[in-house]
Amino acid sequence: MPESYDFVIIGGGVVGCMLARWLSRYEGSVLLIEKEADICMGATAANTAIVHAGYDPLPGSLKARMNVAGNQMWDQLSGELNFPFERRGDYVVAIGDDELPALDTLMVQGKRNGVMGIQILPKAEMIVREKNINPDVSGALWATTGGICDPFAVTVAAAENAVVNGVKVMLNTEFEDFIMDGSRIVGVKTNRGDIRCRWAINSAGVYSDVVMHKAGIRPEFIIKPRRGEYFVFDRADITIDNVLFPVPSEKGKGILVTTTLHGNTIIGPNANLIDDKEDRATTKPGLDEIWEGAQKLVPSLSLKYVIAMFAGLRPYGNGPCKTPGIDYQHDYIIEIPEKVQGFVNLGGIESPGLTSAPAIAQEVVDMLKDAGEELKEKKGWDPIRRGRPRFRDMNHEEQKRLVNMDPRYGRVICRCENVTEGEIVAEIHSPIPALTYDAIKRRTWLGTGRCQAGFDMPRVVKILADELGVSPLEVTKKGQGSEFLARPTKQVEN
Amino acid sequence: MTLKNVYDVVVIGSGPGGLAAAVAAKKEGAQDVLIIERDVELGGILLQCIHNGFGLETFKEDLPGPTYAERFIKEAQAIGVEVLLDTMVLDITPQRKIYAASKRNGFIEIESRSIVLAMGCRERTRPQIRIPGSRPAGVYSAGTAQRWVNVEGYMPGNRVVILGSGDIGMIMARRLTFEGAKVERVLEVMDYLTGLTRNYVQCLLDFDIPLQLRHTVKRVIGNTHVEAIEAVQVDAKWNVVPGSEEVIPCDTLLLSVGLIPENELSRKAGVILDPITGGPVVDDNFQTNVHGIFAAGNVVHVYDLVDWVTEAGYEAGKCAAAHAIEVRRKEHHLIPLIAGDNVRYIVPHMLDKRNLEGNEIRLQMRVSKPVEQPVWLEVHDKNNLITRRAERYVRPGEMVTVVLKPDHFAEVSKADSLTIDMVLR
Repeated sequence: MPESYDFVIIGGGVVGCMLARWLSRYEGSVLLIEKEADICMGATAANTAIVHAGYDPLPGSLKARMNVAGNQMWDQLSGELNFPFERRGDYVVAIGDDELPALDTLMVQGKRNGVMGIQILPKAEMIVREKNINPDVSGALWATTGGICDPFAVTVAAAENAVVNGVKVMLNTEFEDFIMDGSRIVGVKTNRGDIRCRWAINSAGVYSDVVMHKAGIRPEFIIKPRRGEYFVFDRADITIDNVLFPVPSEKGKGILVTTTLHGNTIIGPNANLIDDKEDRATTKPGLDEIWEGAQKLVPSLSLKYVIAMFAGLRPYGNGPCKTPGIDYQHDYIIEIPEKVQGFVNLGGIESPGLTSAPAIAQEVVDMLKDAGEELKEKKGWDPIRRGRPRFRDMNHEEQKRLVNMDPRYGRVICRCENVTEGEIVAEIHSPIPALTYDAIKRRTWLGTGRCQAGFDMPRVVKILADELGVSPLEVTKKGQGSEFLARPTKQVEN
Repeated sequence: MTLKNVYDVVVIGSGPGGLAAAVAAKKEGAQDVLIIERDVELGGILLQCIHNGFGLETFKEDLPGPTYAERFIKEAQAIGVEVLLDTMVLDITPQRKIYAASKRNGFIEIESRSIVLAMGCRERTRPQIRIPGSRPAGVYSAGTAQRWVNVEGYMPGNRVVILGSGDIGMIMARRLTFEGAKVERVLEVMDYLTGLTRNYVQCLLDFDIPLQLRHTVKRVIGNTHVEAIEAVQVDAKWNVVPGSEEVIPCDTLLLSVGLIPENELSRKAGVILDPITGGPVVDDNFQTNVHGIFAAGNVVHVYDLVDWVTEAGYEAGKCAAAHAIEVRRKEHHLIPLIAGDNVRYIVPHMLDKRNLEGNEIRLQMRVSKPVEQPVWLEVHDKNNLITRRAERYVRPGEMVTVVLKPDHFAEVSKADSLTIDMVLR
């Protein structure tokens, strides 16, 4: 007899995890399945980590509505789920007089989308606000509601809160097909067996087209992964504290110079359409492209201080905008289709998907209610997810207290980011256990500093092996097939 | 072990530089010398360098790394150098206060009259040389692989390409070959060898491992684990020579592409770094711009031979000891004033013995809690009452002044410290 749930969510990115957290508020069983060894491995894992104000999407599109509604939900969300979030504001920077009119267009667009707190700054003001800006700056659009976050922290926090409120998460569980009863979905087939459900929810990111096609929905809808590449800089050498966009082009919002919550300057992304949904490789031409693009905004950057590079895939779809009279072919799909019952279909949730995630979760809850689902509030639902100690963020007195309480917090494993054994062990035994090196890295920032794991890696492999009760040979970077070690060295023979 | 609050010399790191500094400091007359080491044993990276080639200058012998380290470790132990293992220094202030943490010893705060920075160096990484491609398991620095093989007993892979002709890379090529791995190639982007010629002969030539100069890795292939790398030839300006691309199947890519002095702590202490070496700017005593903070070994610049690191460590340790002795001499003139029972603070905080002549000295203080009855404020050294002042009451809001008169000075100048207590009359 297969397991049975009221809701099965397919895909553990920020949208899937946020939905899990939203549904955990109501009675009914929820299962989230994720094909990778950890949540947050797809589009959510590698992006610019920005909570967008909402002046960019086309007025009237679902993207615009979700963006602006989502943006307003972040303060409460970060308070409830205890993840860091800063409304630093962001700037769209016009270089040269030719680009100035684009700011007016964005301003008008922003106002139509309902974005508050936007204004155009003159050149003189922008030079004061960002001393490293290209001196050819002609003006900037300033959006006060723009913010920065850590997408891993957000997604993990949402998923943990869901789990604490009764949601089950199955990792390494890959969707294969739907189980249908006529035109109704009654379950999903996975690599780990069949799972019955009343509702299946497609939040499969770059694979959302594949999933909906299995349900016979929107055969014409295609996700083209749009790859974006990034450089991260050493915070000791370069500090740009502002979020700087160029004026947008037909390829999207363009190559930014921005900052992370960790204080590292980051540049990217480009936007190249590719075919392989797993190809997160950086390329020489791609890296050259972002380098050139970033220098347009901040000419004084130096490649010498690059400490990391990565690429992410955005689920760029061809979903038509449903608003009459608007010809736009890259909108979000958020629907309960009529043709198939028991299916919530999400697709093409590319940027500003991170910003929109809480609004999308609320939208789905509203749609389910409209579809006749009762959704009774659960007694004892706890909206609060408690944070865990972060040694690096503490002053010496707090560090001393923590070490006195648990000496494992006194053993620093990551030199550059000051991550301790206590934090690593806590993540391994957290509600969504971090079972791989990358899972720990994403949750603690370990190995993300200037030595890029040169010091911590053998030590973390050992801690993982000890805590999980396995041989170091079985410890992986990001799931099966990514083992760090091949075999023991030759044994001395007697 | 019981830690002291103040040391003459604290050495951070116990590689060849740190060990030599600690030994020299102790021998030159520093009383309390402490080494703080982040690993579980003394010796630093020498412990994973099980190959020969150490000590030809220092001992006129060809020793493996651990043996070279052992000689200094024994000497340090014999002369009473104190050691904190498995302890990471978190912070150093310009006033030479050190914050450290350890699973065994908890959170540690100590002060030191001199500090020797001996944190060594770290390896350059893949992003620093910007090798594009996927980010799978199987790309490691040569030093990380060396630790796995030599210290922990595990092989990172069986089919290896090494980028960079640095010494660690060539030594690992031989080491992995001994362990049964196939080292396909060593690639070097320059048109010359970047490590020692003797390592080229002993590690590559003797084992028929091909070295390709003016070659580099164009990209890493494989989503979960390294499956291959694409090697290319480059011209003098590092541009790819068209048509030279070659995919080399392998499961491991080791990087031996240079070392960088490790100066996270130096920055925190306000030490000025040389942008060329990446290490502190030092004078001929190996003293940095921060008074009393010295630096020695690979933390200053990357050396070619360990013997020169040892030599620098000796010199830095010697100068650190001399500085500590000088600071002690100055401290000898100072008598600290200690706030005792119901005294919150006293200004001045200390008296300079050389000023104890002529005019009276006014000691101003506040109490911690109000006492609404007659009290004494008593100034005493370890054994004797020196003077006292009567008050009808004391309140935190009202400052109290006690006066040391010239006829108290003879007794005061003999004291190690003075304590002021409030007692009931």
